[in-house]
Amino acid sequence: MLTYVLKRVAGLVPVMLGVIFLVFCMVWLAPGDPVLALLGESAQGMSSAQVEELRRAYGLDRGFAEQFARYLTGVLRLDLGDSLRSSQPVSSEVLSRFPATLALAGSAMLIAIVVGGSFGVLAAVYRGTWVDSVAIVVALLGVSVPVFWSGLVLMLVFALQLGWLPASGFGGWRHLIMPAAAVGFSSAAFIARVTRASLIETLRQDYVRTARAKGVRERGVRIKHALKNAMLPVVTVVGLQFGGLLGGAVLTETVFAWPGVGRLLVDAIRTRDLPLVQGSVLLVAVAFILVNLLVDLSYAALNPKVRYG
Amino acid sequence: MADATLVETRSARGPMSRFLNAPAARRFRRNRGAVIGLALVALLVVVAVLAPVLAPYAPDAQDLRARLRPPSRAHLFGTDEFGRDILSRVLYGARISLFTGLVPVISGLVVGTSLGLLAGFYRGWVDDLLMRVMDVLLAFPSLLLALAVVGTLGPGLGNAVIAVAIVSVPGYARLARSVVIAAREEEFVHAARSLGAHDVRLMVKHVLPTTIGPMTVQATLGIGFAILSMAGLSFLGLGVQPPTADWGEMLSRGRRYLPDSSWLLLYPGAAISLTVLAFNLLGDGLRDAFDPRE
Repeated sequence: MLTYVLKRVAGLVPVMLGVIFLVFCMVWLAPGDPVLALLGESAQGMSSAQVEELRRAYGLDRGFAEQFARYLTGVLRLDLGDSLRSSQPVSSEVLSRFPATLALAGSAMLIAIVVGGSFGVLAAVYRGTWVDSVAIVVALLGVSVPVFWSGLVLMLVFALQLGWLPASGFGGWRHLIMPAAAVGFSSAAFIARVTRASLIETLRQDYVRTARAKGVRERGVRIKHALKNAMLPVVTVVGLQFGGLLGGAVLTETVFAWPGVGRLLVDAIRTRDLPLVQGSVLLVAVAFILVNLLVDLSYAALNPKVRYG
Repeated sequence: MADATLVETRSARGPMSRFLNAPAARRFRRNRGAVIGLALVALLVVVAVLAPVLAPYAPDAQDLRARLRPPSRAHLFGTDEFGRDILSRVLYGARISLFTGLVPVISGLVVGTSLGLLAGFYRGWVDDLLMRVMDVLLAFPSLLLALAVVGTLGPGLGNAVIAVAIVSVPGYARLARSVVIAAREEEFVHAARSLGAHDVRLMVKHVLPTTIGPMTVQATLGIGFAILSMAGLSFLGLGVQPPTADWGEMLSRGRRYLPDSSWLLLYPGAAISLTVLAFNLLGDGLRDAFDPRE
């Protein structure tokens, strides 16, 4: 297992470097002069001598490779530059918003696994009945309805009309329910589809037939023999869905005025605050990569075939 | 291959009938969801084409005396804060929606398939390099990558389309590569090579056609995803800009008038959901028709 862990972690290094490189390139790919892109509107009214001075100060007059090396060492020391708007260090701005996004994505994930998993199991066990049809239709809606719309509809019904929950903002768990449900719904749909397909496939396997033949009760067969094995593909999907959840969180944070990284990023794009855009993108991408690493490792822990394969 | 030619010469039926009676087409027709999806997509295309005929008002015609009116006989879906007719805007929105669904998918498909074809055909360092780049792109959650592109190039319809196209490239590239790797070991490819066909001819004439089936399925499912992503970007104010009639943009403005004017929210949101649902049903149906596993 240790060899597997080391191999997976080592495999991440080039991907991480690639991600950092892409984020670094954003300054160069942005239309116009990189210095002006980094300065944003504050560059207006500056003399060209001042701009040149800042170009030297930012190191933008040096070679491309040297600049990337500098950016990379900065990233490793968590120095991502300063926000153009607030003049605060980007890393502290992004990190201070991160717990809110993590809380939203985490509880959405929990909802998605519990709801999606149970729907998927029900649909597979009662395959071909009305339970299955309902689960399939709900799952289809889940992947088709935009997350910001389901969020708005929830808000309209449960906050503005019934008054049961706070409409927006950040606070206790009551603030978390609607955004988490909205974000979790679409992932729940994916998880339900995969769970259903995987369980149906597993129930056909020889070892399930053997268990039945030797007289294990149907309940025992389903839970002990089938469900345990059917969960393996689901674990992979959960990891991949986390990316979708982070994307959903960006949209939902805007709907519910949730003070997470998503809203920070969207505001930064609107105000053309490039360093802040870079920092938010980088941090969310790194979080996504790490979550997928954890998922892969738990997959390997569950399935010996992967470890020794 | 030889069998197919024999059947072809024996049956007197035209190509259309042969197409409609192929096993895949028959499986598709028996699939209720697939047929509903196809019908909904057809309806969407009709609405998009005939929007000027169907819409009771011009999409940007303002009537300041009839602002924020609930649905009525004059305005079936109500009016917005400028007194514009929501029904007309929803109908015209079908055009933008089809455009934002098709253009990123087609561009992503062309670029992704070409890259996958090169990687799968040549293998070696070309393959390694291209696939490492795709790995890096896939390391970003998709909406985050789209936001990064828009954040770099700036908000607007064109840049949002580029963003969604870039996001879709790695998926197509990987799929095309895996199909190509299987195809290049097929006998007909070896045969063509031994007859002296050069690389470009082999790739375009013999290997590329094998990718069409799987790529079509992936692309159809991709249209739903592209429409959702574009609606999301427009909702955030980073995609389609006002005053263009776009469903995501309508939601973005409509939410300011909650809870009193809920119709501003209901119809554009339902339109997005129905459209994405249609392409998902169609894509699922095509997948099951081409690849019958269950």
